[in-house]
Amino acid sequence: MTIEIDNLRISFGDKEVVKGVSFKVAQGASFGIVGESGSGKSTVLRAMAGLNNHWSGRIAFSGEDAPLKRPPAFFRKVQMVFQDPYGSLHPRQTIDRILSELPLVHGMNDIDARIARVLSAVALPQSARFRFPHQLSGGQRQRVAIARALIAEPQVLLLDEPTSALDVSVQAEILNLLADLRVEQNLTYVMVSHNLSVISHLCSHVGVMIDGHMVEQVTAEDLRLGNVQHAHTRELRTLSVELEEPA
Amino acid sequence: MTSAFRNWALSETPSSRRQAAWGNRYRAWLNFKGNPLGMIGLTIIAIFVLMAILAPLLATHNPATQELGNRLAAPSAAHWLGTDELGRDVYTRILYGARVTLGMVIAVVVLVAPLGLAIGCIAGYFGGIVDTILMRITDIFLAFPRLVLALAFVAALKPGVESAVLAIALTAWPPYARMARAETLTVRGSDFIAAYRLTGASSWRIIFRHIAPLCTPSLIVRVTLDMSSIIITAASLGFLGMGAQPPSPEWGAMIATAKRFIFEQWWVPMIPAVAILLVSLAFNFLGDALRDVLDPKGN
Repeated sequence: MTIEIDNLRISFGDKEVVKGVSFKVAQGASFGIVGESGSGKSTVLRAMAGLNNHWSGRIAFSGEDAPLKRPPAFFRKVQMVFQDPYGSLHPRQTIDRILSELPLVHGMNDIDARIARVLSAVALPQSARFRFPHQLSGGQRQRVAIARALIAEPQVLLLDEPTSALDVSVQAEILNLLADLRVEQNLTYVMVSHNLSVISHLCSHVGVMIDGHMVEQVTAEDLRLGNVQHAHTRELRTLSVELEEPA
Repeated sequence: MTSAFRNWALSETPSSRRQAAWGNRYRAWLNFKGNPLGMIGLTIIAIFVLMAILAPLLATHNPATQELGNRLAAPSAAHWLGTDELGRDVYTRILYGARVTLGMVIAVVVLVAPLGLAIGCIAGYFGGIVDTILMRITDIFLAFPRLVLALAFVAALKPGVESAVLAIALTAWPPYARMARAETLTVRGSDFIAAYRLTGASSWRIIFRHIAPLCTPSLIVRVTLDMSSIIITAASLGFLGMGAQPPSPEWGAMIATAKRFIFEQWWVPMIPAVAILLVSLAFNFLGDALRDVLDPKGN
């Protein structure tokens, strides 16, 4: 499913936080958005998911413009994984109940088998099914959150810093899981992160955001080699290289 | 049998929805059982409820039969708690009075708790103009002193149990609505509610399936703690002649008719007063214990 974002503007009250962002993502590709906190990158993602109604411009999936209020069928195609697995699962519902909500809303059949299938897709044991989120670890919770998105059998997955709340060792597991799932299920990803190495691990193209503008779009390859134009991209790149290889 | 249930319910890896739910309930019960005051409260309430249900079996007399030759008798073998000013057996009337008083309290709670919960959750979730309208209505009801509004309402209708229940319900719901709204505001912006919005579920489904259950524990605690004040309001209305009408044996009304004898035959008004005291106290104990078990902020 191709994604086109054209001149997207988003305001909170009279403060504009996204000031005309445009990018395209090809079918099956993976697009990363990097930027500092407050640069508006998560806001772009939430607007794409349909969680924000105060945007103007164009958001299109498969060439079809998304309306301000998304119809339920939209959420079978586009799903989102949130940043904090400790806050994105209902604290008083079992994993089973959390996963069965979307199939119930859409009147899907065979819910039991679907839940079993997504649990194994994210490599969670079936014994986790009737436990509560507080009985699981952070990494397991994030797997549940990914399973919840997968149960819709979506074509697009929007990832809002899916690893930043996790330990470094668990981050790698989740990133590998996401990379495998993209191939297996033919998914298109848009991923937001402030971590360049996470983005370049998963994404072929990267957009750099600063203060509500997308100042540069480069391939992951160019980013690695340092073929970047904008000063801010260079700054971000140097910063992450320094962090990875402390002098 | 009990240990089999215990192992089944406390299993760390439940294998069905039912098992997970029972596990949660059983853990809450174990938690509650560790609170002696709560257990005392629960026991007293259970005894009074049983007394109310089994009143015809436990009663020694007919609650309306008058024995004018034996008025205001002291407790004796024939009349365990004495007789009132018309020679009616006080023990029997306490039993039947439990039906009226507890029935009123339960009716009020059944009316009030879902109403307050629904209004609070809807106002909190939708926000904006819906919130403003619903909360200003709540404020209007909150602005009246409870007993005064209830009195005016009963006087406008006709005195009786049903009007008293309606009147108390009308004045009791605003705090619940405020509380449910506050709880809703804390969760409406959370990621897990956003995730449910991304299922395509309607706002109503989200409110009643996912938000309301999060507000109910603190609501249950608050309702239990308020039970005693509902009982006292019900009794006050009865005392003022606006609640249950004679010869219906309501505890508040029993005190009201017997108050003339408080210095000479003190046990006649004293006994229903003790009943009210015990039940109110028991509900307070229960509420306190439930707060420890249910209130997520405490854990």
